[in-house]
Amino acid sequence: MNPNPSPHLLHALQEHQRQHRFISNQAISDIASQLHLPRAQVEGVTEFYSFFHRTPRGQFDLLFSNCTSCGDLELMHLLCKRLNVKVDQTRADGLVSIGQTSCIGMCDHGAALLVNERPLHSLDSARIEAIATLIEAGTAMEAWPDAWFAVDDHIRRSDLLLQEQLEPGAALRAVEDQGIDAALEKIKISDLRGRGGAGFSTAQKWQFCREAVGDAHYVICNADEGEPGTFKDRLLLTSYADAVFEGMTVCGRIIGAKQGYIYLRGEYRYLLDHLEKSLAAQRQLGLLGSDILDIDGFDFDIEIVVGAGAYICGEESALIESLEQKCGNPRIRPPFPVTHGYLGQPTVVNNVETLAAAAKIVIHDNHWFRGAGTWQSRGTKILSVSGDCARPGIYEYPFGITVQQILDDAGAEHVQAVQIGGPAGRLIGADHFDHHIAFEDLATGGSFMIYDKSRDLLEIIRNFTHFFAHESCGFCTPCRVGTTLLKNGMDKICSGHGTAHDVDELSRTAALVSRRSHCGLGVTAPNPIRDGLKCFPHLFEARLLHQEMEPEFNLDASLEEARQLTHRDDAEAHL
Amino acid sequence: MSKTIKIDGVEVPFEEGQTIMDAALAADIYIPHLCHRPGLSPHGSCKLCTVDVNGRSVSSCTMPAAEGQEIENDTPALKEVRKTITQMLFVEGNHLCPSCEKTGDCTLQAIGYHLGMLDGHFPQFYPRREVDASHPSLVIDRDRCIMCELCVRASREFDGKDVFAISGRGTNRQLIVNSPTGKLADSDIELDDLAAHICPVGAILIKDHGYEVPIGRRTFDLHSVAETDLDEVILTKVRHHDE
Repeated sequence: MNPNPSPHLLHALQEHQRQHRFISNQAISDIASQLHLPRAQVEGVTEFYSFFHRTPRGQFDLLFSNCTSCGDLELMHLLCKRLNVKVDQTRADGLVSIGQTSCIGMCDHGAALLVNERPLHSLDSARIEAIATLIEAGTAMEAWPDAWFAVDDHIRRSDLLLQEQLEPGAALRAVEDQGIDAALEKIKISDLRGRGGAGFSTAQKWQFCREAVGDAHYVICNADEGEPGTFKDRLLLTSYADAVFEGMTVCGRIIGAKQGYIYLRGEYRYLLDHLEKSLAAQRQLGLLGSDILDIDGFDFDIEIVVGAGAYICGEESALIESLEQKCGNPRIRPPFPVTHGYLGQPTVVNNVETLAAAAKIVIHDNHWFRGAGTWQSRGTKILSVSGDCARPGIYEYPFGITVQQILDDAGAEHVQAVQIGGPAGRLIGADHFDHHIAFEDLATGGSFMIYDKSRDLLEIIRNFTHFFAHESCGFCTPCRVGTTLLKNGMDKICSGHGTAHDVDELSRTAALVSRRSHCGLGVTAPNPIRDGLKCFPHLFEARLLHQEMEPEFNLDASLEEARQLTHRDDAEAHL
Repeated sequence: MSKTIKIDGVEVPFEEGQTIMDAALAADIYIPHLCHRPGLSPHGSCKLCTVDVNGRSVSSCTMPAAEGQEIENDTPALKEVRKTITQMLFVEGNHLCPSCEKTGDCTLQAIGYHLGMLDGHFPQFYPRREVDASHPSLVIDRDRCIMCELCVRASREFDGKDVFAISGRGTNRQLIVNSPTGKLADSDIELDDLAAHICPVGAILIKDHGYEVPIGRRTFDLHSVAETDLDEVILTKVRHHDE
């Protein structure tokens, strides 16, 4: 069904790296000429996505998550020590390389890593030892224990969306029975809003796209679930994939699209086989392909494009750029994707959960979805609950649920703070636990991370500033430079070298980055610092070297180059 | 009657399809900008042309002008924002103005003066960036590059080539050359190309022509950036001062 004779650039690079463990200059030239792309475009893409490497990685390439929920860098250092390898330096015998990566969506499975693109979870020192032994013995991954890779759904609470599976074809038949206009009207009445977090009206988006003039229309499912602490799309793609596909097909039918794309984050590559098989099964059933449901001219198919480690591609216009084989730089808006999207054509980009919800909405009566939630946030929301609690996992609640209720259900005790909506969302303390999960109160794409009183909250905030500096695409000045300034500022304060002046600077820079950046990443990147300063100012004050104003200079950080030159990192080499 | 927007209280006419920047330049109103050059497609990346439209922050070079827009441009608050953004551009690169061949002709430096910038404010990043001196008559000094992509667009849209691109992510972004070796010497750039002359900061320089105009008599020694940028509404190749 693939209309493109040549593979997608991302796939070509992934395939090459799988065989050769890195992308050489020669490989860039070769792939560029094979795909008839400018060499600089291939080089740019290779350098943009963090899963591509320009120097050879090990036969076993391990990337530890550095997420506050599914990461544990102590374990990374333990494995490095055990295997006698330095971070991001492939061992001389080429056997192993170890690095870190942003959240891999295994937050309900304890500390986790990707080994040769497969997630391995529930890490502890014993498992690290076992991994080290297998690697040293050169044991092929197929012989590693299956249980290490088995990903559980962990559904703790189900409601409208998760309670029952969609009967294959039911949503498509419902659309045909009631008519396309009525189906769109039904979605409008349901008041479904985008589940990625922004909350734009789904019916309105579809309507705009449907009305837009173009040579072709496209449906894109945004499965680039990169917000740390979010793993609900992982569940939907694992156990409710048919509903997601059918939601896309319903959308395609309504807006007049014949082609859909699923942009799957590279971290979820392990789901690719399963998804391809599910798509093939749908084609077998006549629910995808040509003349769907034997209706003349109802053609729609879905192709999967796998990302390569770039949080920014969750931003819809960056995702479209990535789909067009380019770096994931967010586009200038307006125009919006509904009129100028993929290949410049009218395009709907929806979150996985939004599409699954749409498929179910069309088969039920008007009240089914509207009846749940609040008057501004109808329906239910699937949350990924992780962090310090007894029962991390998937919780589907009607909108309007309080934070405290979720904490109780998850078995969280001695809670210091909750990060709602991931690092790009809100950091709240106990005085906000009576607030509600809803677009009008605490909006979230699904991330709900719990921190108990044993956690160093400043370190959490510091972690998030590193995340954003790493993930900023660098297109605009405020975000490119600003996220690094914020990261450096938090490093200085956390290391005990900060002064009141540094806190003022953080606050000033955070405000500028938030207000003047090009896209949502920059707008939200300073949130952890701003919420931290607002809700937990005492934590910052307690860590300062001086309360009075002192100059910017960080003597310890300035010695870093001297330390590198002298190969020293001992206590004596630090202030 | 033509449609208008309001910039700092002044009625400014615009035509359908014009951006706020287009309308402002046509009305001789200066909005500071680095990555914008009339005649090339707008980019919206440097964010110096940030204005507040009915309270919302937008890039004036990319935002279409529309009836009812009340725009704040030349305000103390926005001047401060732009100064901070300029400082960000200075500290992320290696800008050694006193010894730079471009001093006095550099738009970044001129904007720094225009905004009353006295220092870099933030700690310097001191990045390590590569120089490409492979070409017989051009040199790329990436220390000075501000990622405005004027050369990228000039090459594609004006010269009909594709010599430059931006690679990498975040602060690792860098200017690269679209040639088999990645070197400028192996690209199809020619000295006559607009891309060879458009760099606002001297990251792309013409070889063998250093310091021919004395410091003190260069473009921005004699004019403020507000004057010169209003003059270049029609895209022309910057004449090298010895031409």
